[in-house]
Amino acid sequence: MIAALGLLIGILAGLVFAPEVPTGLQSYLPIAVVAALDAVFGGLRAYLDGIFDDKVFVVSFVSNVVIAAAIVFLGDQLGVGGQLTTGVIVVLGIRIFSNVAAIRRHVFHA
Amino acid sequence: MPDPDIAPDPGRDRLRHALVRPSRRQAVVAVLLAVLGFAFVVQVRDTQADDTYAGVRESELIQVFEGLTGTAERARREVERLEARRDELQDEDRARSAALDEAGQRVRTLNIIAGLVPVSGPGLRITITETGGPVSVGSLLDTVQELRSAGAEAMEFNNTHRLGVQSSFGEAVGGVELEGKLLESPYVLEVIGDQHVLKTALTFSNGPIETLEIDDTATVTYEEVDSIEIESVREPVRPQSAEPADGQ
Repeated sequence: MIAALGLLIGILAGLVFAPEVPTGLQSYLPIAVVAALDAVFGGLRAYLDGIFDDKVFVVSFVSNVVIAAAIVFLGDQLGVGGQLTTGVIVVLGIRIFSNVAAIRRHVFHA
Repeated sequence: MPDPDIAPDPGRDRLRHALVRPSRRQAVVAVLLAVLGFAFVVQVRDTQADDTYAGVRESELIQVFEGLTGTAERARREVERLEARRDELQDEDRARSAALDEAGQRVRTLNIIAGLVPVSGPGLRITITETGGPVSVGSLLDTVQELRSAGAEAMEFNNTHRLGVQSSFGEAVGGVELEGKLLESPYVLEVIGDQHVLKTALTFSNGPIETLEIDDTATVTYEEVDSIEIESVREPVRPQSAEPADGQ
């Protein structure tokens, strides 16, 4: 419940303050959001499996975001930023799909 | 009511439990989710407000820029081509209007020479009055010829008959026939040209005036007029046989 409230508060804060994304972060923010989504779905799946640990969740959340951003940064430095961004998105997308599939089995038994 | 056929799922129970009575550990998760929601909304808004080139990578920007440079270059070449074409057309136009001016000038000159337009200018008015007998055609013709030699530009008889290239005199009862029209005394000949030269052409010894006065016993007077108006005109004659030679 508190978690859902937190999500709601975050969305509202984003709508209310509507900050501009700094130019330096513009290529990293979308990747960071997708990585965070992956961490969240992973956490939800772990919770349903009964192996959820908040420390693990925090670490995985932060490390997901940082690693995703770091890969894209590295790609930009090497001149393959666009391709690496696509690669990271594909990998995270696959993970999100498999996590959501597991969650679906728990919730709907199907 | 859980379905009796399916064993109660511990995961679903935990989820329901977490929703109904949250534990304190959820606070950390809530903070992270808040961050996620915030970032998500910001990113979505940024994407929607996107002004085409914000957040585009350097290499893509370079491609766009090169495309623009190529387009600008093409447009510049097109402008140059069109400007050259415009200059060309303007030159052509100038040449054409110069030719037209010249042609107009020639038309004016030829109209005056052919007697097709009314003219005015300085010249002489010569009045020949018969006193004894009739004036001979030869004397009149001589007078006209002398005036022509002296550079007369336009001549008119009795304010009605303009002289031209085709003009011809003939004998007639009671006067002189000019192109089928009867002229009667007094003959008033108006001439436009250099007054001094015209006067000289008339008054030299054995010249037209002397011939008219002595041989034809006519009275001849002339006056210098600063502005003679010649109103009569000739009908243009379309040549039937003559054609311009090549190169004209």
